[in-house]
Amino acid sequence: MKVEMTVNGESRSADVEPRTLLVHFLRDDLGLTGTNIGCDTSSCGACTVHIDGESVKSCTVLAVQADGADVTTIEGLAGGGELHPMQEAFMECHGLQCGYCTPGMVMAATSLLSENPDVDEAGVREGLEGNLCRCTGYHNIVKAVLSVGGDGS
Amino acid sequence: MIPAAFDYQVADSADAAVAALVSHGDEAKLLAGGHSLIPLMRFRLATPAVLVDIGRLSDLSYITDAGDHIAIGALTRHRDLETSELLGAQAPLMAAVAGQVGDPQVRHRGTLGGSLAHGDPASDLPAALLACGGSLVARGPNGDRTIDAADFFTGFLETALAADEMLTEIRVPKAAGIGWSFQKFNRRAQDWAIVGAAVQLGDAPKVALINMGSVPMRSAAVEAALASGAAASDAASVAGDGAEPPEDLNGDAEYRRHLARVLVGRGIEEAQS
Repeated sequence: MKVEMTVNGESRSADVEPRTLLVHFLRDDLGLTGTNIGCDTSSCGACTVHIDGESVKSCTVLAVQADGADVTTIEGLAGGGELHPMQEAFMECHGLQCGYCTPGMVMAATSLLSENPDVDEAGVREGLEGNLCRCTGYHNIVKAVLSVGGDGS
Repeated sequence: MIPAAFDYQVADSADAAVAALVSHGDEAKLLAGGHSLIPLMRFRLATPAVLVDIGRLSDLSYITDAGDHIAIGALTRHRDLETSELLGAQAPLMAAVAGQVGDPQVRHRGTLGGSLAHGDPASDLPAALLACGGSLVARGPNGDRTIDAADFFTGFLETALAADEMLTEIRVPKAAGIGWSFQKFNRRAQDWAIVGAAVQLGDAPKVALINMGSVPMRSAAVEAALASGAAASDAASVAGDGAEPPEDLNGDAEYRRHLARVLVGRGIEEAQS
């Protein structure tokens, strides 16, 4: 069936099977491979994108459920040739090692700060509990988030 | 992992959703936030032939003051429960537990009605509703009926809902000023509780246990002890009585009974403080 949604500010549509997961629609139909697939069990958060400004795990949303929605992926975060401040912060603070979890971490972190601009360190750690870093590089990830917002900025 | 193929229908009203359930029988499943159902479908543990999407029924997403209780639309998301000032003030246990479900991404999509209708003994919100003494409104082809939370969970992932019924509203008695506590024990962030306990005191203290049997359950033994004025430690000592908890990699039955005693004890003490 036909789905139509705004992805990174552009209207995109495609014919999909109803069982198509949003992450597959983004990666396979739209070629937006910045969103990673990690665990396939709604656990790791690598596939986190925003739907209408809120973080969601795109492996646990059907593309048809996002019909008409406003979706942002990691590709949509930077604008006008400039990295998003959260992307800059991950770079500055060495908030990544292998980098696989990074797109999801960045998307979860930006959603967290938009909901709670005054979040403290414990709040960042709790707010990112849906995202796993198998390099266990959490310390610098938390540092990066706090350098952009929350009570650390 | 991709779900098995299904026919997808969007319901534009609760009545339309019920009509779809009537015409497809138990071949059909309702899709709300999808955060219990889609994982099951990906593993092909659930293979509904028809998925009826009720996720767009925004008129079933609300939290309102209804006199002696707070009325919550079945499609209200965990995030909305967690951040509701009204719920936080009048039924703080429900609001607090909603903020403990899964992780932020899950709470942005998951709904109260979906979690309750799934009826997982390991999930948080069924226990919260039991401890609050809440009730549920189900709509079927013959209209609405109200089900007490204590009668709702009937078996493993089974509820009192008929195949052609859907939840429309959840009612939580007001409990401002009444002591409560939620205790969840797990070893990794975002995990299900290995064991959990929800406690709400008041005239008729209620204690509900997570993952201590095949259904979300109340502990009759602890409640009876509290009602007769037993001290927290004495009441907690019977928390495992009569329970037949599951055994898995996280712990055997005896370990879970131990956890139940510890968590109920902490919960009663916190609720009384």
